[in-house]
Amino acid sequence: MRSVIALLMLALPCAAEVAPQRAQALQHMVQQDCGSCHGLTMKGGLGRPLTAEALAHAEPEGLALIILDGVPGTAMPAWRPLLTEDEAMWIARYLKKD
Amino acid sequence: MKTSLLMAALMACTLALPARAETPCCATGDLGLVVERATGSLLVIDRSDRASIGRIEGLGDLSHASLTYSPDERFAFVFGRDGGLTKVDMLTRQIVARTLQAGNSIGGAISDDGRLIAVSNYEPGGVKVFDADTLALVADIPGTSKTIGLVDVPGRRFAWATWDSGEAFMADFSGAEPVLTKLGDVGKNPFDAVLTDDGHTYLIGLFGEKGVTAIDLWDADPKPLRFLQDYGKTEEDLPVYKMPHLQGWAFTEGQYVLPAVGQHELLWVDRDSYAEVARTPMHGQPVFIIAQPGSPYVWVNFATPLNDTVQVVDSRTHQVVKTLTPGKAVLHMEFAPRGAEVWISSRDDNKLMVYDTRSFDVLAEVPANSPSGIFFTARAHQTGL
Repeated sequence: MRSVIALLMLALPCAAEVAPQRAQALQHMVQQDCGSCHGLTMKGGLGRPLTAEALAHAEPEGLALIILDGVPGTAMPAWRPLLTEDEAMWIARYLKKD
Repeated sequence: MKTSLLMAALMACTLALPARAETPCCATGDLGLVVERATGSLLVIDRSDRASIGRIEGLGDLSHASLTYSPDERFAFVFGRDGGLTKVDMLTRQIVARTLQAGNSIGGAISDDGRLIAVSNYEPGGVKVFDADTLALVADIPGTSKTIGLVDVPGRRFAWATWDSGEAFMADFSGAEPVLTKLGDVGKNPFDAVLTDDGHTYLIGLFGEKGVTAIDLWDADPKPLRFLQDYGKTEEDLPVYKMPHLQGWAFTEGQYVLPAVGQHELLWVDRDSYAEVARTPMHGQPVFIIAQPGSPYVWVNFATPLNDTVQVVDSRTHQVVKTLTPGKAVLHMEFAPRGAEVWISSRDDNKLMVYDTRSFDVLAEVPANSPSGIFFTARAHQTGL
């Protein structure tokens, strides 16, 4: 239920933009900080692979939720304290190379 | 001065012995390698000159890369995230052998006699062991679980733990055939493990549940012992944006110093009784805790986003005695073997900072591309590294 609500809440930011400078910082963050667990090339490590191929069937909204709230019982932390919903959506689309 | 002397010596050497010109006439005892993770290269550094002296390229995906040294400190064995095992020559600064031995790997170790290189793999799981001269495969110990915390153990042995299945294993290569022994079930999701400097205790940190597991490797029949049952991750804990590393777990003043997982604290544990003796509130989630050789101090760095800071803690009082801000995204610290200086990597400022450990003065700043791990050749002689 909680995730459905969160999904609805995320419906708006889908269209939202992230400023170019922030986008650059997010790209750096994905490569370097997400890369600690998922690999610099996103082929996986302690965390799952996050290549566009591996995420082909994932919805960006769902990915954004995972980024924001983490995956309980795994090493994936909640990034909500550091990212806005717009930014999480931007990362999800960036990973999927949409 | 030193450099010019070296140059003069090098030139003299080249002139007198043209046949040997390709081998620079310098030793490797004060050299080191720095992982440049984004560019897949290694920076060769000179500790005495506090400078970089070369670069070795073509090592693939070096995120989370580590390396270990041959006993003569000439060769480094580099463990890349992409499963690459690369042997590099510190003198010629060339790759001398390279094999893509798995899809995804995490670290490795060299046997105490320097003959075997073991690599721990994520995908597929398990451990592979290679001949240190040729990188030919010696043994393949398959597993279905991600391997973590691989260390060398005296007597041509290796120990490791497994993330998914929560087990620990020992492989003994002292006989004609390797002997694999399960050391026991150690707990849920071990995230890293370390061997104490005396080769006595294998300590395994847990992410999936509270506690730390210790295995006494001096015991004829080693068994896992759980301690610090209130230590570790719970749902209420703070998010862990970078997994702590245990390779530098400090052992000082009769204590183990552990990074709390999901708390911004250091935990101090009595080495004999395994009882917690103190906690130190810290700037962020500790990642590396490394003892400054020849001193009561440990140096600590932190997970993103609080990773521009390094703190120094006195192991007698458990108090922070110094807070430094060396640069953006501090990933690693490496001490000169006698502790006088420390090199610190700042990934996002593309530099290495060299500090005097007594005055905390900055002695040098060395440019590097997205530097992560710093490894001095003195590691060649340290058990568990």
